[in-house]
Amino acid sequence: MAKQKLGTFAFARSGDKGDGSNVGIFVTNAEDYTILKRELTVARVKEHFKAICKGEITRYEAPNMLALNFLLRDSLGGGGSESLKTDAQGKTHGLALLEMEVER
Amino acid sequence: MRDKVLIGYGQGFWGDSILGPVRLVREGPLDYLALDYLAEVTMSIMQKLKGRNPKAGYATDFVKMLERTLPDIHKKGIKVVANAGGVNPQACLDAVLELARKQGIKGLKVGVIEGDDILARLPELQKGGHMLANMDDGRPLSAVQDKLLSANVYIGAFAVAECLAQGAQIVIGGRLTDPALVAGPMIHEFGWSPTDYDKLAAGTMAGHIAECGAQCTGGNYTGWREVKDFVRIGYPIIEASPDGTFVVTKHDGTGGLVSRNTVVSQLLYEMGDPKRYLGPDCTADFTSAQIEEVGKDRVRLSGIKGGPATETYKVSLSYENGYKAVSQLTVSGPDAIAKAKLCADIVWGRLAFDGCTFEEHEKIVELVGAGVCHAGINESSNPPEVVLRLGVKCQDEKKVDRFGMEVVPLVTSGPPGVTGFAGGRAKATDIVGYWPALLDKKQVQTRVRVEVS
Repeated sequence: MAKQKLGTFAFARSGDKGDGSNVGIFVTNAEDYTILKRELTVARVKEHFKAICKGEITRYEAPNMLALNFLLRDSLGGGGSESLKTDAQGKTHGLALLEMEVER
Repeated sequence: MRDKVLIGYGQGFWGDSILGPVRLVREGPLDYLALDYLAEVTMSIMQKLKGRNPKAGYATDFVKMLERTLPDIHKKGIKVVANAGGVNPQACLDAVLELARKQGIKGLKVGVIEGDDILARLPELQKGGHMLANMDDGRPLSAVQDKLLSANVYIGAFAVAECLAQGAQIVIGGRLTDPALVAGPMIHEFGWSPTDYDKLAAGTMAGHIAECGAQCTGGNYTGWREVKDFVRIGYPIIEASPDGTFVVTKHDGTGGLVSRNTVVSQLLYEMGDPKRYLGPDCTADFTSAQIEEVGKDRVRLSGIKGGPATETYKVSLSYENGYKAVSQLTVSGPDAIAKAKLCADIVWGRLAFDGCTFEEHEKIVELVGAGVCHAGINESSNPPEVVLRLGVKCQDEKKVDRFGMEVVPLVTSGPPGVTGFAGGRAKATDIVGYWPALLDKKQVQTRVRVEVS
């Protein structure tokens, strides 16, 4: 096992959900899915996004897609139309999660 | 009944490339062309336009697109389903019929779906006890009553199917859900009933995959190095079967990529609970789908399960919520970050000196290039330059305009290396607030009508 960025073996997509964002992340085989489920706890994702996400985080599993989906509340600096941020829709939050290093 | 129907999705959102629909119509076989022209804020813009001109308030891009494609659409018998009607579907229908007349196309059947626009009905609905409380924070609608700009119900696929059944070749709706543009043709072609939940869930899932256009054919894919020929990226085609299975594909010879990964990426877009995707026609379980690559640029989905929809429609309301302005300058190195931070402090300081102050949550300072999108995760401590992006929002338009005047002067009265001020003064623009709510389905009746050129 060694530290490795999620981006070397996982894929992600994100977008806005009200005043928050969702980050979907998935892999391509069962072994990596086990790693994903083990490493990507809500607490770790919350810590990773601490400068971006000011609210609660919820995790959902979609085993058929080998995917996890995270809902990040209050992560856009106000809702889509009110936010002054460059990334007002959380379009880049998926890539931000792929920057995380995990044991693999 | 046909055993296969090809549904292309040519516009993923208001402002998408016109090449999507133009090429779908020209570059291969197609039965239906679905197009999404609406976003939450577009309805409020359209209500304002309609207020000034009773013939406005729909997506004029749709008619411009048809100027280029209608002869092919007519010749090949392709059916078009679009939510281009905005808040004035009848005016959109009139414009399409006028275009058909200009192009000498006779017998074109154009249909509209109405009933989604409930702005004028709000007092009556509220009197009847339908309070339309904010889904996110529970506030009653009365909190923004005098600032409301638009109110539209998300209409489902059966209204689309009904319009097609009445013979429309071009179906124009207002606030139809994006997936309904795909599921509607399936219901019409395959005769699905309102209790065929698994099939409706499949149609919804197909629509969700296609609804952002090229975002399922290689666009915005984190494995982007695998994607060939972004220039000629193919827009998605759903190859639908009567049993609810379908294949996601694109026309032969187009660029882009359709793979398990590009399809799963899009399934996760704007996803909440993947077991319970709520729509007006059914509840879809996205975790039930089997997803397999069955050929080059062909991904098949099967086994999808669904259940009944809820008793309520989702309603999207918008309201005036103050003003905002954003202004930016480029600050070069050396010491770009320190100088950009100083610039921000100077602007806030000078505004305060002149009696113009903003609360912390009303202003923003971003140093683009130093790590804005991935704050706290991937930042740079010494970039050669940054774009200093300053913004404010509040209810007072004059204060927002005052802010806009105090950014450009930094070029001569701040630290050295400030440039890139080409945009001039930032002016206050309206903030449109978004208000999601639920409404009892019994309160909404859609109407369908077809006219002929």
